[in-house]
Amino acid sequence: MEIYLLLLFMIVAAIAAIEIKDMLSSVIALSTVGLGLCLAFLILKAPNLAIMQLVIELLCLILLIRATINKDLPLVRDGRWLFNTIASVLFIAVFLIFAYFALLELPRFGEPIMRVSQEYIARGLEKTGSANIVTAVALNFRSYDTLGEIAVLATAVIGILAVMRKTGRIHGK
Amino acid sequence: MENKEAGMGIIVKTITRLTIGLIFIYGIYVSLHGHMRPGGGFAGGLIIALSFIHVLLAFGKDVALKKLNQTFLLSLMALAAAVVLLILISRPANLIILSLCDIAICFTVGAGLFIIFLALALIKKDGA
Repeated sequence: MEIYLLLLFMIVAAIAAIEIKDMLSSVIALSTVGLGLCLAFLILKAPNLAIMQLVIELLCLILLIRATINKDLPLVRDGRWLFNTIASVLFIAVFLIFAYFALLELPRFGEPIMRVSQEYIARGLEKTGSANIVTAVALNFRSYDTLGEIAVLATAVIGILAVMRKTGRIHGK
Repeated sequence: MENKEAGMGIIVKTITRLTIGLIFIYGIYVSLHGHMRPGGGFAGGLIIALSFIHVLLAFGKDVALKKLNQTFLLSLMALAAAVVLLILISRPANLIILSLCDIAICFTVGAGLFIIFLALALIKKDGA
């Protein structure tokens, strides 16, 4: 029951984030969607994900406020509303048709197919010694996945530093 | 908001001085107890990065960069990423190595996200 109330709240906040004209209010409305998602993770009994979502959401909120607070971003209003509406409706229809066929194949909510994960849950504690099964899976059974995430993050940092440089190495100080 | 580098007002500075240590210690706690409780290296590193961002926003960039400069952060991140690579290639099996891996992930995530914030906030003006 609470999950449906949260979903309703998140949808309302998302629509508000699109429709509000002021940029700062729009950013704050967007961050309420993320905090609602954090509460939804807590209700669905996933505290690991809830902590991650909360912290990431705060970081994104700080970055977006910092980026939008002093700028007067112009609103785009061109006259092609008919084309825009038709394109939006068309893509929503395509998405819904494919989602219908895709969601038929999924298992029901709360009854996952547990073939490999059954083994992880049953023998995770004795194999890794970690009481938190999420850490056991992320750092032990699927450690190459974690390695990939770290590599992606490091590559992103190096790329951002390379892009944001102002002076090249040859013509530098 | 003219003089952004000088930091915010006296209320924000006082509150920051009181809370910054608690946030930092909580980040360390979350990343060290990742194998026992909800949390882990990613969340702990993010909390530590948020504590440094807190200092940066409240006191201005001079104080924050005196504590950590960019080359140090970048080398810390690269070192921690190399540690993760080595540990994960050698297929860990016990709890101490798992915690070590968590600490290394925490360093990488914290240093990396603080570098991203520094780049977005400061590099535009200095070209450094």
